[in-house]
Amino acid sequence: MTMQFNDETFRGDYTYHNSQKAIRRFPFPFDQDAYMYSVNIEQHPGGPEGSPFEVMFDVDEHYVAEMKDREITLAEDPLRCQSLPHMELAGWDLLELIMVSKARDYPELFTLHRDGNDWHWINKPLGIEKKFTFLDPTTLPCGPMEYITRQTQGDFALLHERDGNLWMDAGMVTSQADWSLDFDVGMNFFEWHAPVPKARKMGVFDKALKFLLSVGQDQSYRRLNWTLTVNPRLDTSPETYHKWGPEKRSVTPENVGRKQFLRVELQTFFRLPRSNALAFPIRCYLANLEDLAGQPKWGRRLHRVLRDIDPTLAEYKGFAVNQEMIVDYLSQFDDGAPTSPGIFPDG
Amino acid sequence: MPKTEFSPSIESRPTYPGLTSQGSAPAIMVADAAGAEALVDLVATDASVMDHAHVVLIAKAPELAAKLTALTPKALHEAPDLDAATPLVTQILDTAKMGTQLYLAGSEGVIGHVSALAFARGLPMEAIQSEHRGSIARRMQCVHCKGITEDVTTDPFVCAHCDLTLFMRDHFSRRLGVFQAVCVDAETPGVVPATEEIRP
Ligand code: HEM
Repeated sequence: MTMQFNDETFRGDYTYHNSQKAIRRFPFPFDQDAYMYSVNIEQHPGGPEGSPFEVMFDVDEHYVAEMKDREITLAEDPLRCQSLPHMELAGWDLLELIMVSKARDYPELFTLHRDGNDWHWINKPLGIEKKFTFLDPTTLPCGPMEYITRQTQGDFALLHERDGNLWMDAGMVTSQADWSLDFDVGMNFFEWHAPVPKARKMGVFDKALKFLLSVGQDQSYRRLNWTLTVNPRLDTSPETYHKWGPEKRSVTPENVGRKQFLRVELQTFFRLPRSNALAFPIRCYLANLEDLAGQPKWGRRLHRVLRDIDPTLAEYKGFAVNQEMIVDYLSQFDDGAPTSPGIFPDG
Repeated sequence: MPKTEFSPSIESRPTYPGLTSQGSAPAIMVADAAGAEALVDLVATDASVMDHAHVVLIAKAPELAAKLTALTPKALHEAPDLDAATPLVTQILDTAKMGTQLYLAGSEGVIGHVSALAFARGLPMEAIQSEHRGSIARRMQCVHCKGITEDVTTDPFVCAHCDLTLFMRDHFSRRLGVFQAVCVDAETPGVVPATEEIRP
């Protein structure tokens, strides 16, 4: 079965949309009717057939449009992709991981032929065919991390491990929930997480870092994170906040169901074989409240989670100004019935 | 003026524990006018700290220069401001021997900027000490245009480069040596809160 890719935009006229299939497979992040930060880490890949957890790097109907959006963002601001000099090998590691995984998991879309270091990569959806020499940067049009992440959905951070900490020494970041790669490059795990409320005191970051440092090459993991975004905008960067900020105040009781999006990040962790760096892809999924509420379990649960959330988290995530409108809207989907455990929709 | 005590903040915000002599190891000392007093106090605890020290004084203050010269450093260099001092400090850092200790004293701008220069040249963090003295003005980077505004003492303030009105965050980049500043009326253009003097 070949995949259909949507013709859609993530800015301007915002024609982004989810098919019924995309809604059903949406990575709804709440496994119960309440939410607080925790070390919510589990094995990856692995999950029900058709879910975004099934393979290493999920490719979906938004692939081609997302890659176009990344191209626009990078053309406007090249600093969204940075790699400190010692991170090039990690970039090759990442390129290998992604090419091998995609060619294996989506043979009808991607092909990789390897003869020693002579590689031949075919990316059908983006119309790319490239012969290059693995580990030889002169044979690619840009650095290896940039090359492969211009062809892969989601943001990427590459973490260098030293002094018992992780350092954000490279990344491709164009679909971030309001943080700046340019500002954070060179920071360690505790420094870049400094703006997050509560979590450090709860011990979440200490435990998470300890876990990440122990991740070996034969294991990979994931966690879900989420926030709310007005309009299906991938590039909610601090750099452009003065441009998209006014849209945050354009929500009304009439349009909130269509305009307010749940933004879910599927974050995964891979130890890279040559560099020993850690790859941290952050894949963003967007669905509006109306589409989510079409799954009765999700409508009920989302109402309860957003109604009862700790105000500090609502403020940090940036939706406090619209919270009342959101909760009012969602209340129509909550009949008080109990919800089943787990994140997947019923039926 | 004594060492500044700052209120507790987030983890990326630098702290300035104060200067402690590492003896007669090769040293680079950079101070502004207020910071010069911290160097004087440092020498009072251990005169040998000056034996192999290059001192850079960022101030137009001949009497302070004379006071520091009297502490008999290996060399004293003067620069009128941070911009003018940058090439000099960079060169001294580039030619520094292994095991060189960096002592920084004065405003957050001087400490942040020189630490970033040292960090970029691979000086280990353990070799950098700092003591805050004097003005609590901050060196702010506009997250939008990336321009740096020096000596900011109010919140919000106007970016010296792109004219957006910005609020101060405590989020700090050691690589850049700056605090982050973000458009204060991004969501409601023109609605700007009253300007306040910052506090430590
Ligand atoms: C090593 C890979 C990781 C990277 C590169 C990363 C990066 C980030 C960044 C840049 C932010 C935004 C901070 C800001 O406001 O400026 C963030 C937020 C956060 N991170 Fe991480 N993170 C990583 C791993 C983890 C792990 C393993 C956890 C486990 C608990 C975690 C928990 C959080 C939480 C709770 C937030 C706040 C999110 C929100 O409320 O929307 N992070 N992370």
